[in-house]
Amino acid sequence: MSSIIDTGRRSLLRASGTAVLSAAAVALLAGSERMAAQAQGTSQASDVQILNVALGLEHEAISAYAIAAGSGLVSKAVLPVAVQFQGHHKEHRDALIATIRKLGGMPVAARPDAEVATALNAKALKSQTDVLRLAQRLERGAANAYIGVIPSFSDRALAQVSARLASDETMHWVVLSQALGDSLPPKALFFGA
Amino acid sequence: MDTLLACAVVAVCMGPQLAAVDADRGKALWEAKCIGCHALDANRVGPLHRGVFGRKAGTAPGFTYSVAVRNAGFVWDETRLEKWLAGPAQFLPGSRMGFSVADPADRADIIAYLKSLSGG
Ligand code: HEC
Repeated sequence: MSSIIDTGRRSLLRASGTAVLSAAAVALLAGSERMAAQAQGTSQASDVQILNVALGLEHEAISAYAIAAGSGLVSKAVLPVAVQFQGHHKEHRDALIATIRKLGGMPVAARPDAEVATALNAKALKSQTDVLRLAQRLERGAANAYIGVIPSFSDRALAQVSARLASDETMHWVVLSQALGDSLPPKALFFGA
Repeated sequence: MDTLLACAVVAVCMGPQLAAVDADRGKALWEAKCIGCHALDANRVGPLHRGVFGRKAGTAPGFTYSVAVRNAGFVWDETRLEKWLAGPAQFLPGSRMGFSVADPADRADIIAYLKSLSGG
């Protein structure tokens, strides 16, 4: 069994510690120059709107992991993983901001962490399990949101980016579910359903 | 007579479907599909959902809506929610939810759940 699903002492929850480069994140959206060159239109404006909603999700996720990390509820073993997931969300954020700009849009700003904490009812979190459950719910919601907006993009390259973002959120969900000791969904096609 | 028969057939076909609308299933669907952007009691990326059924569109306090939703000028009911969830951009062009629910049965259950939150 690979260490990634070893729930024993060595734990699945080990971050790789690799530094995250936002330049690499921007390259994720390598089609964006071409997209920017395309004619401006309402379909592009609506793509930008969807990307901005996605950016809002990423801002919120970054805050949520900051709140989790600062809650004092997360163990030493789990903390690096929370930080790594937050790093992924920062890469998503940077990639989305770059794309929105290239499409001539205005990226939405992040809300203060304190506002996010209220919106997510963070004061109800009493244990590491509570924190992991919240993260698990939000990651599933984000994966499903990214899957759900795919048909709305007029640019298929952006739809593909949305699928890639959904996959990252799924990756997070799997690790969180594993940490919580949940079994896998019994049926296939669990996400997006 | 033909009309009567047709009505009877429709009633038989529609009856079980209508009866099958399930707010509990709608809650589970809401948890899966809407929770990425919405909460019941707080504005997130999307506006808060408690009470949205029966509320005037675009009026959750403190949420910044698109012009399209802010000026929609109607109260959310079954018909409006059904159209919105089937295709928000088609129903209110210029809106920015961008997220739709493809399955009509899923939409009906989610709407039943939202209605139950409004005491309906
Ligand atoms: C990708 C993020 C996202 C997801 C997922 C999402 N929404 Fe939304 N929703 C929004 C945004 C953003 C708005 C505000 C739209 C605007 O102002 O144009 C909104 C607005 C709404 C409104 C109008 C509310 C009001 O106060 O007038 C309703 C109703 C609604 N959503 C229902 C749902 C339901 C039900 C689901 C799940 C099936 C869902 N949404 C999933 C982002 C989302």
